[in-house]
Amino acid sequence: MAKITFDGVEVEVPDGTTILNAARQIGGSIVPPAMCYYTPLKGSGGKCRACLVRVAAGSAKDPRPMPKLVASCVTPVQDGMVVENTTSEQVLNVRKGIVEMLLINHPLDCPVCDQAGECDLQNFAFEHGVSTTRYQEERRTFEKIDIGPLIQLHMTRCILCYRCVYTANQITDNRVHGVLGRGDAAEIGTYIENIIDNDFSGNVIDVCPVGALTDKTFRFKSRVWFTKPVNAHRDCPKCSGNVVLWYKGKDVLRTTARKDQYGEVKEWICNECRFEKKETSDWIIEGPAHIDRSSVISANHYELPVLNQSVVADLPESTQRDLEKNPPLKLGS
Amino acid sequence: MGRKLLTEHINVEGINTFEVYRKHGGYRSVEKALKTMTPDEVVEEVKKSGLRGRGGAGFPTGMKWSFLAKPEGVPRYLVCNADESEPGTFKDRQLMSKLPHLLIEGMITSSYALGANTSYIYIRGELLYVLRILEKAIAEAYAAGFLGKNILGSGYDLDLHVHPGGGAYICGEETALLESLEGKRGNPRNKPPFPAVQGLYARPTVVNNVESIAAVPVIVNEGGDEYAKIGVGRSTGTKLISACGHLNKPGIYEIELGLPVEEFIYSDEYCGGIWKGRELKAVVAGGSSVPILPKELILKTAAGENRLMTYESLSDGGFVTGTMLGSGGFIAMDETTCIVRNTWNFSRFYHHESCGQCSPCREGTGWMEKVLHRLEHGHGHMEDIDLLVSVAKQIEGNTICPLGEAAAWPVAAAVRHFRHEFEWHVTHAKEAAQPGAVYRTNAVLA
Repeated sequence: MAKITFDGVEVEVPDGTTILNAARQIGGSIVPPAMCYYTPLKGSGGKCRACLVRVAAGSAKDPRPMPKLVASCVTPVQDGMVVENTTSEQVLNVRKGIVEMLLINHPLDCPVCDQAGECDLQNFAFEHGVSTTRYQEERRTFEKIDIGPLIQLHMTRCILCYRCVYTANQITDNRVHGVLGRGDAAEIGTYIENIIDNDFSGNVIDVCPVGALTDKTFRFKSRVWFTKPVNAHRDCPKCSGNVVLWYKGKDVLRTTARKDQYGEVKEWICNECRFEKKETSDWIIEGPAHIDRSSVISANHYELPVLNQSVVADLPESTQRDLEKNPPLKLGS
Repeated sequence: MGRKLLTEHINVEGINTFEVYRKHGGYRSVEKALKTMTPDEVVEEVKKSGLRGRGGAGFPTGMKWSFLAKPEGVPRYLVCNADESEPGTFKDRQLMSKLPHLLIEGMITSSYALGANTSYIYIRGELLYVLRILEKAIAEAYAAGFLGKNILGSGYDLDLHVHPGGGAYICGEETALLESLEGKRGNPRNKPPFPAVQGLYARPTVVNNVESIAAVPVIVNEGGDEYAKIGVGRSTGTKLISACGHLNKPGIYEIELGLPVEEFIYSDEYCGGIWKGRELKAVVAGGSSVPILPKELILKTAAGENRLMTYESLSDGGFVTGTMLGSGGFIAMDETTCIVRNTWNFSRFYHHESCGQCSPCREGTGWMEKVLHRLEHGHGHMEDIDLLVSVAKQIEGNTICPLGEAAAWPVAAAVRHFRHEFEWHVTHAKEAAQPGAVYRTNAVLA
């Protein structure tokens, strides 16, 4: 076991845990954002640099600070480590810079993007970025590649987190897509026009933090915050069959895997569950799905949104009083 | 004239063949090490020699070797980094093509010291002709019994392979090199774990530059203490400097560390001064990624002392008034050089060579190149100069591998020392945009 101090909070975690996962055990607003790290995917992380933190003391044995900021998602803890995230001005400034870098070539087509509302980049930019840009040049574009009838690839929106590559590598056989090219010309592609055809290929949509990989059967049907998430399951011979159905009225517009509060898939689902079973009669309904994140998708549901406590402090007093009278409900409470 | 430890016989006819090389004292270190020394004694000699990595970072080689994890029953690897692709650096190419057996001798002795039974030379893809020279030399060494099973009857086995890369600058970064050697895309790995613990095929691995390995035979033959007598302070031994740019005699020079920079540039023994009788304007002392310095600061430190060709003296004053010895790619620029255009050229290289894995480098290198392009072609604004510095700062230190820094340092240093030239490109945009236009103190065109 290793004891570390993260933003002044002490936590004890098993040896070999990463700083990010130690912070997640504390929870709340001090958890560094992660755009590329994905717990279920081996080898992911370290690429987006959104989770950089400052290590003020390396360990109890060697309490010197680390010379550079480190990626918390891939750096294991050491006993006696002191980590600064939100308490370090340097970290917050660097994070602003990372947002800027991720956005300079992002098309910012959120108004027509299906991911809007549940987009990690949107949340990240909103929480940590600045609202103006210093970038004057033309944004990068790519030639369109058709990767099949089920998944839509928008390369311009991609932030090259490599999650979809790891997913295809680790949960499907015969991965046909990967990263081609290098530098800012690097792109997700299938090299020779090839469709991604695999029973579990749809999971790349769930792991994509932005709108680069979206569901063709849900394309332009609705904004996500107008749909209501409902937990459901079915007896599926291929996967666990535990899904979230996104309803608009009586229609199931889309099916996704269930995700935890950090947007990570709990159980992978197969393409049959995801793309083909779009009738309520296909499913056994469990009840409203609880969205454990402060996001627009948690609004307009059967329960009040989960609020970010740091935001609440900035709200007008009357609103705060209302909130106290009608606190956000938790499922089952 | 300083001592030549590596390149003494470089011009001997047929030195690239085994017989001639052997006649000139080649492979003595292998005999000495395998017959009279234990591996730990070799490591100890290298430690005593104070040899520092010649690839650019200058990390003590002996210390790197002693960090190598040695779990029982697990193979260890030595990998030679011959992916020399830094603009301005071309020393390893010459060393390998002229003296292939020196590198092989170094590989055998070093592999013995580290207990590696399989070693690799990862060579840059563009150097295919050098690859053939090395392969021929390795075949000769196998035939002579210096490679293969039971070398010289000592019971030590070694297989040596040469592996060409695809010609990517990023594969000169040690973990990207290992990924590429494993047959994967050459993306740098997250550290820790370091290669000394989990390197090639997740086994303990040491990655050394060609020149560092080529220095090992000398150290073993002459003894570490003897080697450490050359040089100044913690910069010991000799170093190959590939001098290029506006010099009378560009080329590869083996210098004793501690040589004054002024002597190196102006003495007839070395570069012989600036060509066409012009004035020196600036020097990039260690390959394109180290900070550029103007004439005043490269010849003398900020404190007014003579600058020497050592790791310490060149980095005197930090990055405010100093630079780095780096890989020894010495680029001299005369007064007709446009610093903005030069910086743009460098940043174009890094933009092209960024692997695209982590966001600050992927996006930032391209951004800097575009801003510099704008400035150079007369479309810049005054704010762009500060923007460059700010973008460079956002990249520096926040990336997975040092390519981010390599891209950011030259830009930041050029603005630091030559801000007036950048400003001139904004205020005299029309003139600056013309081909060959150069800022002079009186702002005339070249």
